[in-house]
Amino acid sequence: MDFKGSDTITGPRTEDHLPHTAQAAVKIVVVGGFGVGKTTMVGSVSEIRPLTTEETMTQAGVGVDDDYGSRSKTATTVAMDFGRISITDQLVLYLFGTPGQERFWFLWNGLFEGALGAVVLVDTRRLEVSFEVMDRLEERGVPFIVAVNTFPDGPRYPLDDLRSALDLGPDIPVVECDARRRASSRDVLMTLMRFLHSLATTGALT
Amino acid sequence: MIPPQRRRRPAGPEEDPPPEPCGKNPQRLYVLTGAADHGERAELDLVTLIVARADPPAAAQPEQAAVLRLCANPLSVAELSAYLNLPYSVVTVLLTELLTAGLVQARAPIVRQALPDRSLLEAVMHGLQRL
Repeated sequence: MDFKGSDTITGPRTEDHLPHTAQAAVKIVVVGGFGVGKTTMVGSVSEIRPLTTEETMTQAGVGVDDDYGSRSKTATTVAMDFGRISITDQLVLYLFGTPGQERFWFLWNGLFEGALGAVVLVDTRRLEVSFEVMDRLEERGVPFIVAVNTFPDGPRYPLDDLRSALDLGPDIPVVECDARRRASSRDVLMTLMRFLHSLATTGALT
Repeated sequence: MIPPQRRRRPAGPEEDPPPEPCGKNPQRLYVLTGAADHGERAELDLVTLIVARADPPAAAQPEQAAVLRLCANPLSVAELSAYLNLPYSVVTVLLTELLTAGLVQARAPIVRQALPDRSLLEAVMHGLQRL
């Protein structure tokens, strides 16, 4: 452990302090494969510089993705970037950019179970990376929308073709976005919130 | 151009292995090495807000004193983990000690409900619109 001692800890900047009235937080998860733009999206809407929480785990004989380095039995660090948006004086929203591999999710208790919902961020150059993520979210009953991060060199498919390829029902929103742009990322989150609101209205979320 | 097609696994009984079977799935290092799990650990979410209730006592460990200083204003467990550069599981152990000693207060998050609270969702939407 590399605790540096309390004198060297750099805490939040004064302007990043939450007010004492902050009573509760909610969270939204942005989940997707390596390099799809999760951290970019979190950073573009966050009011604080994105931060990183890490967890260390042992790896007992299972190959770890190349993204995370070693294949040997060893301790591995998995990182998750997150950001924050103050909603009111009482309510704070946190956004977590989460690795797509389900076997890492348990490292953070309740990460998905307690989340209001999820944004599955996909890259059309590697669409198949997102398939398993959607399977897992469906199994866990986590409501999600799909946001296609448009890369200049990525193939462009009509959204209807994407919906069909992703085998999504007609009610699940699929939107394009540019995760680098705050307005675009905010629109993705608004789409998720409207979707959750529609589920609450129709009682479809059980 | 045709995108690759997702194929769902057939519906039916869960084929998934039970969570965290021995020797196959990864394990949290600090669970395995243990000091952490000898006591009850407080129910802490990544976004539980922590607020200090007192100044650090003279006898406080450096890590505990650092937590108390950082939490003069409310701060999430995730942010504590980031600023302290400590794994989430280690931070929850530290916080359990501080909660037991009455030195910090934990403000629980609002989690997803089977029947979502529409006024909560509307509040979040209004907040996002102001971005």
